[in-house]
Amino acid sequence: MTVTVKPVRRRKASFLDRLYLPAIAKGLSITFMRMFKPKVTMQFPEERWTVRDEYRGMPVLVSDDEGRPKCVACSLCEFVCPPKAIFIVPDELEAGNNVERGPAVFDLNMLRCIYCGLCEEACPEEAIFMSKNYLVWGAEREDMIFHKDKLYELGGVREEGVKKWKDK
Amino acid sequence: MMGVLGTAQLGMAPIVAHIFSKNDDGSASFGWVIGRILVVLLMVHVILILGALMVWAERRVSAWMQDRIGPNRVGPQGLLQPLADLGKFMFKEDVIPGHVNKVMYTIAPLIATIPALITFAVVPFTGSYETVGGESVAVSWQIADLNIGVLYILAIAGIGVYGIALGGWASNSKYSLLGGVRASAQMISYELSLGLAVVPVVLMAGSLNLGEIIAYQAENTWLIFTQPLAFFIFLTASYAETNRLPFDMPESETELVAGYHTEFSSMKFALFFLAEYANMTVAAALVTTLYLGGWTFFGLETLGWGMGVLIFSLKVIFFLFAFIWVRWTIPRFRYDQLMNLGWVVFLPLTLINVVLTAGAIALDQTWMFFLLPVLLIAAACVATWIGWKRDEDKFQPLPTAPAAGEEGHA
Repeated sequence: MTVTVKPVRRRKASFLDRLYLPAIAKGLSITFMRMFKPKVTMQFPEERWTVRDEYRGMPVLVSDDEGRPKCVACSLCEFVCPPKAIFIVPDELEAGNNVERGPAVFDLNMLRCIYCGLCEEACPEEAIFMSKNYLVWGAEREDMIFHKDKLYELGGVREEGVKKWKDK
Repeated sequence: MMGVLGTAQLGMAPIVAHIFSKNDDGSASFGWVIGRILVVLLMVHVILILGALMVWAERRVSAWMQDRIGPNRVGPQGLLQPLADLGKFMFKEDVIPGHVNKVMYTIAPLIATIPALITFAVVPFTGSYETVGGESVAVSWQIADLNIGVLYILAIAGIGVYGIALGGWASNSKYSLLGGVRASAQMISYELSLGLAVVPVVLMAGSLNLGEIIAYQAENTWLIFTQPLAFFIFLTASYAETNRLPFDMPESETELVAGYHTEFSSMKFALFFLAEYANMTVAAALVTTLYLGGWTFFGLETLGWGMGVLIFSLKVIFFLFAFIWVRWTIPRFRYDQLMNLGWVVFLPLTLINVVLTAGAIALDQTWMFFLLPVLLIAAACVATWIGWKRDEDKFQPLPTAPAAGEEGHA
């Protein structure tokens, strides 16, 4: 097997190179000047990464602009969820809401969620969205199962998008 | 000088001065002993606190040099970080592996730490000008006014390496043993140059007493100006003595895990850690005292003993910063490179330096002191040039590239 050899021409070390002291002085000046350069560290809890619009964080339930829950507990997200992270028990909602149905229980197990976003795509009511929240944590397994109230609280009010029940 | 801190100079009430002074016949009184113990305790705590702060400074400065911020959460600017570290060390399990020599393993951290603490006894941290026989003489204040201060420091500092070598041996593991062996071999290479670099200082000052060396510098000029080569070699050798980069072969995290303290945990590890930083403080104080005039600074020290402490501290802090600065600039030397540096470069240079200095003093040609730096730098250049000629063939350009169409065969 022939190997192509490319001889590398090296500069002959000059007297100053052999003395090493100029190189050391230069190195010291570089590290010293570095001390006053801007820092790249992000002070995490105070400073956060800004994420792009298409970022898929934790799924949350949203309310319409009047603060009413949008989910009608159709269970499409439950069916489509690949890791079966969603558990829904449908129920009737009391009068005054814009819809008659809603979830009695809406559990989202974030230990299972794979952030695929299929729930958001499947939802006919635009009630579940992938949020920008990338900080999902819990001290125990139970903490990682997010219930309905918490999901609505995290989702907040979302104004844009379809508003099917506007006139009802 | 009476009392420990020269109580008379401090302007204390005469009764206090009387309590802490010696008896009239010059023998040690009870109050004098108590006063001296108090100062010793104070100095030990200063070194310990300085060592703790150095851990913080090391992390902050290294962070700054790497475009990071460093620990800044515990207390203002992260200054209480050492306390948090201490708490961690205290409550960590003190693992003693089954394969160690328990007695040596327990003693080793102590042997490493104690010499670092007791060397500070002879380092003058401030002083004042006093009229002795019609002349104004700089009188230094230290815990123990030893006539052989320089010898004492060199001797005690040499013990420190026993702690490291013993720790490496007692751990009974490969990494530790290699670290310990490296520490002892490294000490042999630099200690000779370290000692010989001090000899011109002693020759010029005419004393082994650190206080008198400072007095000489206050009267004439700082020895860094007349002995630049000795200063440089002493500084470099002190980096090796404190096992700091670029000479941290005993520890060398990247190749020996943690070297001599691989098997140590909890407070035993903390003691090795502390010893390193205390050694750095002593080395910085020694460089300051021997070559940079100690607590003197072009007459500024005449403002009072507090000013002397301030000047001395600032000089020491600069050299402590330099330890960190160099650590993050120069990569670790190879083992044989340190040997080469110590035996082939530094030893001849220090010997020439000693002979030249001694000659200048013997001939009483003080003007030669100003010629010495020039001569020594020239000598350094010549020595390097000889080495360069010797290795010249290693730096010859490689054979020219083969002609087109012709391929080399590996």
